[in-house]
Amino acid sequence: MHWELEVTLFIFLVAAALLALESRNLLTAVVSLTVFSFLSALLYVAMGAVDVGFTEAVVGGGVSGVLFVVTIFKTTRTCRD
Amino acid sequence: MRDYESDDIVILVSRTLSPFIMLFALYVIFHGHYSPGGGFQGGTMLAAAVILIRLAAGMDIAQLQFPRALGMPLGAVGVLIYFGTGVAAMLGGGSFLDYAYLPLPGAAAALRSLGILFVEVGVGLAVVGILVSIYDDLLESGER
Repeated sequence: MHWELEVTLFIFLVAAALLALESRNLLTAVVSLTVFSFLSALLYVAMGAVDVGFTEAVVGGGVSGVLFVVTIFKTTRTCRD
Repeated sequence: MRDYESDDIVILVSRTLSPFIMLFALYVIFHGHYSPGGGFQGGTMLAAAVILIRLAAGMDIAQLQFPRALGMPLGAVGVLIYFGTGVAAMLGGGSFLDYAYLPLPGAAAALRSLGILFVEVGVGLAVVGILVSIYDDLLESGER
């Protein structure tokens, strides 16, 4: 029904995933992962799964980002690959 | 955090925002059985509000709001509420988590609605306790 919206969200989703994978700065990767999570929550809501989208937005965009940031503070900020 | 220094704007915004997040989380928990959401989502939002204060004001001040030692007992109490609801239904004559047999006055349909509310509250408390406890343990590791 909303195929234009879904295609746009998918394009941004893939862009956020590629940025999270390729970024050298781990903090950038974490922020990009949070964006990925929030975009996938929007996709779930657009597809009609409101409960799943709610869970994804709360967990992926709220708590797991904070836990990743704390882990980066505890370790290093740049990847060495 | 190690490089923590007090910032008035961040503290003001987070302590203004945190009660509203908590209120919405309570709404999500208590309306979980007839709208999207439930114990897990509401509990995670409640934990996010607590963690927001911890991030903004630092660990020492945040102890006044939610002490570090409270996390694990709260999680255990949540699991006990869930399990106790199931066992109470068993004691009332039904099978495990069969809310219609809860030893409370009321019709079977009303008892089913009440029973799922107990379970949501238990799940919410457990999720709050364990998530805040995970954050505390992650922050504390390596500092001793």
